[in-house]
Amino acid sequence: MPFVNWLKRHLVVIAGLLTLSYLLLPNVVVTVFSFNKPKGRFNYEWQQFSTDAWKDPCGVADMCGSLGLSLQIAVWATLGATVLGTMIAFALVRYRFRARGAVNSLIFLPMAMPEVVMAASLLTLFLNMGAQLGFWTILIAHIMFCLSFVVTAVKARVMSMDPRLEQAAQDLYAGPAQTFLRVTLPIAAPGIAAGALLAFALSFDDFIITNFNAGSTVTFPMFVWGSAQRGTPVQINVIGTAMFLVAVLFVLAGMIIGNRRNRQKA
Amino acid sequence: MATVTEAEAPPLAPETDPKPPRKRGRLVPYWLLLPGLLWLVIFFALPMIYQASTSVQTGSLEEGYKVTWHFATYWDSLTEYWPQFLRSVSYAAAATVLCLLLGYPLAYLIAFRAGRWRNLIMILVIAPFFTSFLIRTLAWKTILADSGPVVGALNTLHVLDVTTWLGWTAGDRVLATPLAVVCGLTYNFLPFMILPLYTSLERIDGRLHEAAGDLYARPWTTFRKVTFPLSMPGVVSGTLLTFIPAAGDYVNAELLGSTDTRMIGNVIQTQFLRILDYPTAAALSFILMAAILLMVTVYIRRSGTEDLV
Repeated sequence: MPFVNWLKRHLVVIAGLLTLSYLLLPNVVVTVFSFNKPKGRFNYEWQQFSTDAWKDPCGVADMCGSLGLSLQIAVWATLGATVLGTMIAFALVRYRFRARGAVNSLIFLPMAMPEVVMAASLLTLFLNMGAQLGFWTILIAHIMFCLSFVVTAVKARVMSMDPRLEQAAQDLYAGPAQTFLRVTLPIAAPGIAAGALLAFALSFDDFIITNFNAGSTVTFPMFVWGSAQRGTPVQINVIGTAMFLVAVLFVLAGMIIGNRRNRQKA
Repeated sequence: MATVTEAEAPPLAPETDPKPPRKRGRLVPYWLLLPGLLWLVIFFALPMIYQASTSVQTGSLEEGYKVTWHFATYWDSLTEYWPQFLRSVSYAAAATVLCLLLGYPLAYLIAFRAGRWRNLIMILVIAPFFTSFLIRTLAWKTILADSGPVVGALNTLHVLDVTTWLGWTAGDRVLATPLAVVCGLTYNFLPFMILPLYTSLERIDGRLHEAAGDLYARPWTTFRKVTFPLSMPGVVSGTLLTFIPAAGDYVNAELLGSTDTRMIGNVIQTQFLRILDYPTAAALSFILMAAILLMVTVYIRRSGTEDLV
């Protein structure tokens, strides 16, 4: 029974690839339906091929504005969370201080909390303070929940760093600032970059916390949520497909550059 | 070139630095921690206290709310919304188990069998993240549409008869049923299961598999006695990363479900944003938080990986 044997040997591979297709199927659907010409207000059923939406991606009122707002918030949130998170990560790995356990749990808890709980409690704070909901409350919330993820990413990298490299720099008469800028920071950079990327993705795609704390401000995920009730324009799929392609291109470019560098070193 | 020119400057540094570095160094960690921790205290910890206070207030939107230690709100909201709580826990548990069953083979494939395809498959696992999850969740409306091929196939194979009998689907539909919501939850949180699983599988020394084989263990025995126990840290963090967000989610239930599949997240959202009954919403959210913290603590203790945090 050669077939059964083959099946047995490759069972894991087959199951894994099935899972992979389950993960990718919605992306395929999003891409295909970006070329649809729907009959009603909703883009759920295939009608006929058309490139109308690709020719006019901003043809829907307010959509590109919300996209711009989301990008703006994501950039600022990434910047804030990365700076604050990197500082905490360095303090955690490199220094001894009191109440380390409390600090660790304060950083861990936001990652172990359902988003809706953080969203709701933050809203009670803003309501009690009489804060105007909008751009700033969204930004504050995004920095808050991205912070812990940056700390985790940077911490992992700094922990695996050889402290003797910094000692060597100091032995060679580098001052603290120089050691940090010329030795520590370049080595920690991949961790910081990973943290920043994660923060950007989390902030850009956040819905639940934004939903609670945005007031009448509309980010891109909020726009998509609203359109699920009012009618989904094809342009949503165009943006989704374009984002997917841009991300994959970025990652591929990064890999190719990385491979070249490795080859040059070798 | 650059290193040569800069090497001349440093010798001056220790002389121009009169303060003893130790004393200054002692305060450095606190200055590094201060801004970030302050942010978390004000916008994460303090809101929890405000929420706890809101949950025991009474009053109305017009007259304002006052703390009256009205603990009955907790009892009332539990008695009214226990079905939604139960649903949240069972949907999230089902999605977590499905994620583990689906995610493990893929993580295993990437870690041990992918060879030169490893990076490509990794990218394909992460790439969907870059399309807004709401758009991808809406795509399930198309995939599971009543007249679509999936429902058609399930109907022909009489799978829907079984699931309807179990109460997972209703009639000839998958959309607007518990099955659709669980399917969406599983899909949305699958990468959170795969990535930690992969990290812990990748750390396993391949020679352990060979050793098990040399000791006449069959592949399945090797998996049961060697691979799976060694991947436990990944299993624990993967299940937590899936279960916690799934239990609080309301997006899948809203987009793919019906009024019969409302989860506790949906109730909190409508109470807070539409009905504006803040005490009830705060109490529900507080109960959800307490329940999840309790479950997580017990689970971590039981699985014996406390160094996870």
